[in-house]
Amino acid sequence: MGALTLIVLLPLLGFLLNGLLGSRLGRTFVNVVGCGLPLVAFIVAALAVRDLAAAGYPTVIETVYTWAAFGDRSFEIAFLLDRLSAVMVLIVTGVGTLIHVYSTGYMKGDPGYARYFAYLNLFLFFMLLLVLGRSLLVLFVGWEGVGLASYLLIGFWFSDPEKSAAGKKAFITNRVGDAGFLLGMFLLWQALGTLDMDAINAAFGAGPVPGLSAALVGILLFIGATGKSAQIPLHVWLPDAMAGPTPVSALIHAATMVTAGVYLVARLSGVYLVAPEASAVVATIGVLTAFFAATIAVVQTDIKKVLAYSTVSQLGFMFLALGVGAYGAAVFHLYTHAFFKACLFLGAGSVIHALGGEQDIRRMGGLARRIPVTFATFAVSTAAIAGLPPLAGFFSKDEILWYALASESGGSVLLFGLAAFTALLTAFYMFRLLWRVFMGASRMSHEVEHHVHESPPSMAGVLVVLAVLSAVGGFFSIPHFLEPLLPLPAIVPAMEHFHVPLLVLSVALGLSGLALAAWLYAGDASRAAQLEARFAGLHRLLTGKYYVDELYEAVLGRPLEWLSRRVFLGLGDRRLLDGTLHGLAGLARRAAGGFARIQTGSLQAYLLLGLAGLVLLLTWSLRNG
Amino acid sequence: MADPQFLLAAAAVLFALGLLGVIVRRNALVMLMSMELMLNGVNLSLVTFASQAGSAEAAVLVFLVFVVAAAEIAIAIPIVLALARRRGTLDAGSWTELKG
Amino acid sequence: MADATLLNYLLWLPVMGMASLLLLPRDSDLAVRILAFGVMLLQFLLAAWLYGQFQPGFAGLQFETRLPWIADWGVFYHVGLDGMNVLLVLLTAFLGPLVVAGAVNAIRQDVKLFHAMVFFIQFAMIGTFVAQDLFLFYVFWETMLIPMFLMIGIWGGERRIYATIKFVLYTAFGSILMLAALIYLVWSLYEERGALSFAFTDLYGLDLPVNVQAWLLGAFALSFAIKVPIVPLHTWLPDAHVEAPTAGSVILAGVLLKMGTYGFMKLGFPLFPDAAVAAAPLFMTLAVVSIVYGACLALVQDDIKKIIAYSSISHLGYVMLGLACFDLLGIQGAAIQMVSHGLVSAGLFFMVGMIYERCHTRDLAAYGGLAKAMPVYSVFFMILTLASIGLPATSGFTGEFLVLVGAVSAGWAEHVAGLGSTTLVLGVTAVLGVVLGALYMLRFARLFLFGEEKVPGGHAVADLDLREKAILAAIVAAVFWLGIAPAGPLARTEGGSLQFQQLVLGDAAGGAP
Repeated sequence: MGALTLIVLLPLLGFLLNGLLGSRLGRTFVNVVGCGLPLVAFIVAALAVRDLAAAGYPTVIETVYTWAAFGDRSFEIAFLLDRLSAVMVLIVTGVGTLIHVYSTGYMKGDPGYARYFAYLNLFLFFMLLLVLGRSLLVLFVGWEGVGLASYLLIGFWFSDPEKSAAGKKAFITNRVGDAGFLLGMFLLWQALGTLDMDAINAAFGAGPVPGLSAALVGILLFIGATGKSAQIPLHVWLPDAMAGPTPVSALIHAATMVTAGVYLVARLSGVYLVAPEASAVVATIGVLTAFFAATIAVVQTDIKKVLAYSTVSQLGFMFLALGVGAYGAAVFHLYTHAFFKACLFLGAGSVIHALGGEQDIRRMGGLARRIPVTFATFAVSTAAIAGLPPLAGFFSKDEILWYALASESGGSVLLFGLAAFTALLTAFYMFRLLWRVFMGASRMSHEVEHHVHESPPSMAGVLVVLAVLSAVGGFFSIPHFLEPLLPLPAIVPAMEHFHVPLLVLSVALGLSGLALAAWLYAGDASRAAQLEARFAGLHRLLTGKYYVDELYEAVLGRPLEWLSRRVFLGLGDRRLLDGTLHGLAGLARRAAGGFARIQTGSLQAYLLLGLAGLVLLLTWSLRNG
Repeated sequence: MADPQFLLAAAAVLFALGLLGVIVRRNALVMLMSMELMLNGVNLSLVTFASQAGSAEAAVLVFLVFVVAAAEIAIAIPIVLALARRRGTLDAGSWTELKG
Repeated sequence: MADATLLNYLLWLPVMGMASLLLLPRDSDLAVRILAFGVMLLQFLLAAWLYGQFQPGFAGLQFETRLPWIADWGVFYHVGLDGMNVLLVLLTAFLGPLVVAGAVNAIRQDVKLFHAMVFFIQFAMIGTFVAQDLFLFYVFWETMLIPMFLMIGIWGGERRIYATIKFVLYTAFGSILMLAALIYLVWSLYEERGALSFAFTDLYGLDLPVNVQAWLLGAFALSFAIKVPIVPLHTWLPDAHVEAPTAGSVILAGVLLKMGTYGFMKLGFPLFPDAAVAAAPLFMTLAVVSIVYGACLALVQDDIKKIIAYSSISHLGYVMLGLACFDLLGIQGAAIQMVSHGLVSAGLFFMVGMIYERCHTRDLAAYGGLAKAMPVYSVFFMILTLASIGLPATSGFTGEFLVLVGAVSAGWAEHVAGLGSTTLVLGVTAVLGVVLGALYMLRFARLFLFGEEKVPGGHAVADLDLREKAILAAIVAAVFWLGIAPAGPLARTEGGSLQFQQLVLGDAAGGAP
């Protein structure tokens, strides 16, 4: 068995062991299997990447078997390792392992402990299929599979109807995107006869493909990406997905799964490079999502919801980078985001854990001294996401802003302006969160305050590791590393002088966000309250999340229900079809009632009638014969 | 070999007698016997035509009719007996359950 | 093939089983069940062996037997396996032992008669699949009706008489039209060749004018469409399913509905190729309507059996779509989708039966939070739900994916060639249908498994026992087999699919402008 297959199969083994035996063999077994196998997968992945580096980064392909064959075309199950999937596989297994370890503390004592780890391992299995798959088909298997794992984990505490509803919503919304993905895949298959992504890139790179426009394929696949990566208009599921356990939000809904759309576009850069229209769509959707999600995050009061909208917004940044051709920058941001956002979510988990389940930031405050490790790590990663140097987020966000302005393939002042303003908002709402949770006076109830405690080492340790990564991760330049595979776009010559001013601006934005938050929320946060009262309408719009959910319900949900129940079932099935049938049956019955009078029950009468008929028939035939 | 004309006339007479019996008699057993009479009338005409045409198939068909008639009686008599036992009468007129 | 007799054993084994039931004493229910299970298991093993021996690359019939039956009319007892029926025979034989095992608690009256009926219907179904002579096919086709009628009528629910009469009237109506068309068809062959023959291969060669073909296809198609069922001929199905006992639902959904699609594949389209090509847009439209309509109706049902019944309509719409797009992948997908639907819906009906035996209600609103009360049950239910949705690695994905690839590819090719976009629009609509599929199944799962724990009757229900686990494990294993490694089954059906495609399009290519 090849190394890549092994990497993929290890978490699957964990899923099977934990799923079948876990609840019987106890916690230690679950821990060893649940955390050990992802760790082994990480080690194997690291070794595989080392070998890859030693060989000078060739593209390694490992064919496992043929899924189905039709004449000379076939669907192969094969894995591919190159620079891009090396980055992804290390993030997935690395952050994945850390979050598994964190979960041993966070989920301690939950009755569904074994089930939880089984699901988490299942998620890793599918995520690895997704990032290692050579063909779009394998990627799609992983794509759907992570959706399943996400569905199961969002609804992990299924007794709460709201949580299972959130899981369902996530699945359905993703399915809408998947329909686009499938269509794109079908058209590629039809035109090229293969779904291998290296072959697709090569085919589009070699010139126009007859009978298929790259723009169409690009947009269809991007529809899939908007579902998985929560971009407008399919972003509605991600905030609801916070119903799942917090480590799940960190792993699936921040660090890995939701970035699958980014990976998909980066992986098929060959298509998007020759489809400027599709790229423009990607950039526009990306920047709009980034902006709108950031505005919503500004007014959220649930600690996880703030982070959720922040994730949507950061994903928008990544798509903006993809849209302007800076694939490496997008993956760079994906990589740094995985660290600081996982750290933020896990930190939030630590806060929630400490407060016995409280998630509302209006009932927090002053936690910095009570849970210092959590505070320190949270502060580092907040600074990182706000883009303060020299933390990881600074480098990656700066790259994105730079290419949004200066890229020759789609960069523009408009994109840059909106992105820069969003960066300011990001810094603001993140520091607002930090301020409200950790600073100022305590707004907790006595009951809660009494029980506040720092998290166990399994959780705190992971926080520290992630905080360190968020701090120093930016020094490993992913765009540079990926350049042989994903070349960066050319720079508009007139813009070349603006790079240094932009750096300064970027830092200034981060700092002014910090200052603004500190000023507004200082003391009893009365300045913020005044502002809120002044712009009550806007505030309502933002807390209502622009009423997108309500819109969908009114435009899609209710009409579908009405159509199904009233038109199809009531009118179609009951009235029209069964009605006609029963009408015919009634007619037959009434007619039969008339004829039945002849049936006297007397044999002789029947015979006489029969005889009379016979005689009539005979005479008739004699007459006419 | 008898005169075919005569044989056919005899067949017709047999059939008519049987038909009359089925129509006028109410005793189920007698009705069955009359039906046999009709069947034999038809069979006789069949044999006559068969010998006239010299056709082996027709002769075989006659035997088929015999077999079918025997099978039919073997089922009909028990049914009549079962009915008679249930109602205590052989009168066909007492069975009018199928009246519409 | 040297061992052609094996197929005959497979076919006649249920009849022998029926005969041996007569030897058992009247009250020996246990012995009846053991005997029935043993015979069915033997049949499955035979079918599995035949499947293993089936040569993928070999065109034409395998394990063929051809004996004169009514020689003067050119009627032959002609049976054999080919790519179109090999998987369906395997599916039928696979479900046989499961049906017997599933009926242990549910069927308590007239046990012997019940098993005789199961044998009877098994015989008729396999006979319909393997028949290669139109007369023989028709005899088996009609025979199926009798045991199904009795099964619903005797062991069914409260409104069983209504349901069974509706079922029989619908089906018989279609059959009569098919009989008329069949007679006309054979007569045309006689006029052309001067010899009577009912052999499929002879009838395929008949070259009728296209308007005659249209009429005959209409008659055949009506009969098949009722069996599938295609909207708007479907209203018998929910009633029949709701009233049928579990075993009846399983057989109905698992195999019987595939008779319709198999009929289209084996007879309807290949016998009347010109008309089929001309009517393909119509059939595809009806297929897509079925997909959407069935899904929408499944979304608003409150009876758990009706949800699955309407989902069947939706899923078989995919089969029709795959067949009517005449693309190789679509046809292959249809072949897999037939089996997949057989497995998944049979499994779901088994599961409904299991919960009904415990709680005695089919009202969805009465249930909730079963995942807590019955964890093992819920895991199986979830797997089957996901297979029904068409999640990758399950059989549902293989079927739907290939059908949709086929339909969209065919549509796109047509669109690019400037031949109109009907197929493309229909294909795209069908792709959107996958969203609806997820919608109704997840609604079902959410209300049924999740939420607050709510068990009808208020008593603690027992989770699955070993027998029930074994039944479901067998089905789930088959579901994963078709999802993860469909290459083997697909290789076996490829010959049949190619033959179908060539029979339909090959003729049309000669006749079309």
